[in-house]
Amino acid sequence: MSLRVDLPGLSLKNPIMPASGCFGFGREFSELYDLHQLGAIIIKAATQEKRYGNQTPRVAETASGMLNAIGLQNPGVATIIDEELPFLQSFDVPVVANVAGSSVEEYVHVARKLSESELVHALELNISCPNVKEGGIQFGTDPDLAREVTYKVKEVSKVPLYVKLSPNVSNIVAMAKAVAEAGSDGLSMINTLTGMQIHLPSKRPLLANQTGGLSGPAIKPIAIRMIYEVKQHVSIPIIGMGGVTTAEDVVEFLLAGASAVAVGTANFQNPFVCPEIIEALPQALEKYGFTSVEDCIGKGHPHESSYLSRT
Amino acid sequence: MKKAQAVLADKRKIAKDTYEMELTVEEMNVIPTPGQFAHIRIGNGSAHMLRRPISIADVDPIQNTLTIIFKVIGGGTNELSHCQVGDELDVLIGCGQGYPVEDLAIQKALLIGGGIGVPPLYYLAKRLREQGIEVTSILGFQTKEHVFYEKEFSLLGGVQIVTNDGSYGHKGFVTDVVPPVSDFGSYFTCGPTGMLKAVTHQLKGQKGYISIEERMGCGIGACYACVVPIADGEGFRKICKDGPVFKAEEVVL
Repeated sequence: MSLRVDLPGLSLKNPIMPASGCFGFGREFSELYDLHQLGAIIIKAATQEKRYGNQTPRVAETASGMLNAIGLQNPGVATIIDEELPFLQSFDVPVVANVAGSSVEEYVHVARKLSESELVHALELNISCPNVKEGGIQFGTDPDLAREVTYKVKEVSKVPLYVKLSPNVSNIVAMAKAVAEAGSDGLSMINTLTGMQIHLPSKRPLLANQTGGLSGPAIKPIAIRMIYEVKQHVSIPIIGMGGVTTAEDVVEFLLAGASAVAVGTANFQNPFVCPEIIEALPQALEKYGFTSVEDCIGKGHPHESSYLSRT
Repeated sequence: MKKAQAVLADKRKIAKDTYEMELTVEEMNVIPTPGQFAHIRIGNGSAHMLRRPISIADVDPIQNTLTIIFKVIGGGTNELSHCQVGDELDVLIGCGQGYPVEDLAIQKALLIGGGIGVPPLYYLAKRLREQGIEVTSILGFQTKEHVFYEKEFSLLGGVQIVTNDGSYGHKGFVTDVVPPVSDFGSYFTCGPTGMLKAVTHQLKGQKGYISIEERMGCGIGACYACVVPIADGEGFRKICKDGPVFKAEEVVL
């Protein structure tokens, strides 16, 4: 059973990778298992300068999910390149760097630095973080802004670019088309949905930031629907994410049209979930009659041959 | 930090909404230190995606048992309280940094606990006594119904109980009975943030250790959900990995 998938910039031995923000820069999880097993690693978002992020509480559990409002805490792109990325080189796993910012100039700066470092295989352009006051999500909800920032980042990036789409839009296909037209090599979808929880004893929003991004199995049907819709209109490959906890979830994402899958919130419930999914995936694919991961991609579509990605 | 498969060996309700559970751990390949927490998965499905950081009240490395104590606050702790003897639990043990025990070079310790911050101090008190350190404990609870472990602490040293409503022991807050003149070498405190602020303020200048409660995500330092600013400079500490125990002057509450 081949689990191999080849995507722009990413030669994956399997389609499973931890999602950005749920895995730090890999150090903590490297103490639990050999990161070499992973298909790839998407590291925590980088901004131009270091950011402390929001006040706490930053997380709240919800039914089959969680809200988070970390606020893009990170030590800044230069420190990430000097102190975090070299550590990941020893695992022989493709590294995807998540690029955040509050202006086109910041996105371009961060993307240029990371791609010039030669320590990352691809960039994930984070135009969909709901937890920072300025920038971030506005680029992810306006197709024209998304097109512009994608085009500018693509101009400076020496590695392939995956734009991470926000589900907080009414027309996800328009967003996907805009960034594909601007030259994005792939899509990463979906980021979290904006939500809120009220803390009953205090009668106030529980998160210090008031709103947070909803993730986990609660949002999986939304991710599946959006990937399915986008796959029908856009030919660039999709890294799917949103509530993946099992190998069967991975099969579902592949059927919807994803070529690889990122696992986020489930890492918190079970820190060994990524290697466990990788181990269970061949059997899950076989159960539904597939002979490889590539064989399964897009097969949830009635006329899947016309929608197949270029992989 | 290690993942352990644990079996619920015993369960007791010890106070209002408060449960004590004894867990038998298959292989205790990490022996938790006082102040470290157990990060426990709630249920087997996807209803609860976040583990719960739970206080460890005692450890028996010979019998391979952990004693945890928690209060039912919400859905997750409620579900945990309904586990039955014989049920299996998925537990990460040895999480975070606990209180120092070995290199203290003190004769007397003052322990100040509030509510569900009391349990880790019991394990700490036992370990301090093993080092020949004299222990005095001040334990605060909401009401008489919430009081637990008074007798257990009294076997290790002096204990003073405080309840907010005065229904048992001294009425008021733990800070009301903290001795004005200190003859202890170090204080050790665990409880709600408001209490920690009051205690560290009152004992400013004394050597002390605090343990911080916070909502956690991963519990291993990867997600940046539980952070606290450091007192000196612009940095931060991760409560789940660098803490939950810190030197009193190290972080800003």
